[in-house]
This record gives sequence, structure tokens and C-alpha cells, in this order.
Amino acid sequence: MSVDHLILRVIIKLLFAPIILFALYVQFHGDYGPGGGFQAGVIFAVAFILHAFCYGLDETKKVIPERALQIAMAIGLLFFAGTGLATMLLGANFLGYDAIDPDSTHHAGQHYGIILVEWGVGLTVASTMLNIFYQFSGREPDIDQEDW
Amino acid sequence: MMEFHTPISSIVLVDLSLLTMLLLVAIAMLRSRHLFAVVMLSGIYSLLSAAFFVSLDAVDVAFTEAAVGAGVSTVLMLAGMLRTARREKVHSPRRAPVALAVVVLAGAALFYATIDMPAFGDPFAPANDAVGQQYVEQTPNDIAVPNIVTAVLASYRGFDTLGETLVILTAGVAVTLLLGAGSVVGGRRVLDKEEDE
Repeated sequence: MSVDHLILRVIIKLLFAPIILFALYVQFHGDYGPGGGFQAGVIFAVAFILHAFCYGLDETKKVIPERALQIAMAIGLLFFAGTGLATMLLGANFLGYDAIDPDSTHHAGQHYGIILVEWGVGLTVASTMLNIFYQFSGREPDIDQEDW
Repeated sequence: MMEFHTPISSIVLVDLSLLTMLLLVAIAMLRSRHLFAVVMLSGIYSLLSAAFFVSLDAVDVAFTEAAVGAGVSTVLMLAGMLRTARREKVHSPRRAPVALAVVVLAGAALFYATIDMPAFGDPFAPANDAVGQQYVEQTPNDIAVPNIVTAVLASYRGFDTLGETLVILTAGVAVTLLLGAGSVVGGRRVLDKEEDE
């Protein structure tokens, strides 16, 4: 087993779970403090980018395959738009979240709606960032001039 | 109309030192020919801007700048740098008096324009006066979430955010297609054919 960059590997192993946890906190705490789907998605992707840096891209691709990312990118956006369509089916405007819980006295529907669309944003951003990173670093090296 | 002045306090000193450091980092980036150093300096630049946004009370923007600018962008620039040369090619700059004149004039015009800008935090500034004021007043009644930025982003302007998410998806799809990981036709990786013989 290779022990290159042992300190970095140990540190990243320690930090991986807290980074994911922080991403989830930012994701679901966006109503109350700074943050939201966009920032959470980026932080989530960073955890896996760190993993790829230290353990190699092939190991990370075992955890999240490239194909899954490309599907997740689309699902996030469709989830966002789907929330809008759902509120239309409930009889409100596109993305009129109050229709989700119309009897609420404290706009609970708005909370549900914001959490739902932020989830879609987070999924799309996280998978897109990770996918772009995969594409950049996973590309086969260009052929040298001498090899032609 | 009431006069509004930004209160001068120790925060001004923090702002000034942050802006000075931003300027120094930018000059260092311009002068360096070593691409790795330039990438690292751009990460530092983003982190300093994030700190500056915090001092402007724009925590959401600062958070995004720190995560995207200092985090992911730096990583992507590094990954892109690995596909190219490590050092910028040296070229001897020619004197270009017309270009210099244009740059100086444009810069002077921009400085002149800042005189007309409203003071920082001016409640009567156009940005705060009309719809901004309405959001601040109506969010507790309409949306009932404590973070007004989230209320504007996800609810009042939810349709805009949908478009932004689509932009991000488009960027991801474009990079995937450009870097040859798949094709529109079959979804499989297309390898270049041998060109000799």
C-alpha cells in the first residue's frame, strides 16, 4: 500500500465527514442564516474534490460514478421545476409555495417550498462542480509532440 | 432629501487595509509569469474579497465568494493549468501610447463617476429605496423566513433562481461535451482516429 502524503490523507479522512455535515447544515439552514443550496452544493463537491486529490480520481469515481453525476445534474433542475409545476397543479402560480400548505398561519408552505427548491439547487450545483472537476482532471493527457 | 454620511469608525481602517491588499495581490498577479503562483494568488484575491464583503455586511455574497472563488475556482484553475504550460511565455511588451491613453481616460472617467455614487448604506439610494425597501418590510408577512436574502432568492425571485440553476447545468453539460467525455450522438466517448498512412 502506498503511503504517499500520509499526513494529508489522514487529515482529509478526518475532515471528510465534518465537511459533508457542514454542507448539509448550510443547505438546510439557509432560511435562517447565510447560505443555501448554491453554497452547500459547492462545499459538498469540495469534500469529494479533496478526496480525489489525495486518493486519486479513480477511487473517488468508485464512490460517485461520472454517469450518476450527469444524471444528478439534470434531476436537481427538474426537481426545482417540478416543485413549480406541483404548485401549479395545486392551483397557485408557478413556484407559489403558499399552495403547499394553504391553511398555515405562518406561511409553512413557503418554508417547505424554499427547502425543496434549495435541495434542487444544491443537487445540481454539487454534481455540476464535481462533474466539471472530473472532466478537467480525468482527461487523458494530450499526446506529446514526439509521439506522433 | 436627508443627507446621509457613512459613519467613520475602525471598520474603515479594516476596509482600507483589505483593499490595499487586494490591489497588491492584483499587481503581483499581473507581474508573475509563473502560472501556479498566479492561480494561488487568485485564490488569495477571492479570500480577501470575501473578507471585504463581510465588512460590507454582505455575508451571503462573502460565503459564496469564499466557497466558489477561493475554493472551487482555484481547484479548477489548477486542473486546467496542469493541461497547459507551467510558465507564461515571455514576450517583450511594445510601447502602446494609444492604449495607455485609453486606459487612463477610462480610469479617470470611472473615478469621476464614483463621486456621484450614493454613500455606503444610504437608505435613500435607488437600490434601497424602491423594491429593496419593500422586500425588507414585506418578508416577515409574505414569507416568514428570517433570512431576507433567501426569501428573495428562493421565493420572490424563484423563477430567476430556476434560470440560474439552468445556467449552471448548461455550463456542466458544455464542459462535459467540450472535453470529450461523451458525444451528443451516442453518449459514448469518441476517440480520435489515426490520421497517418
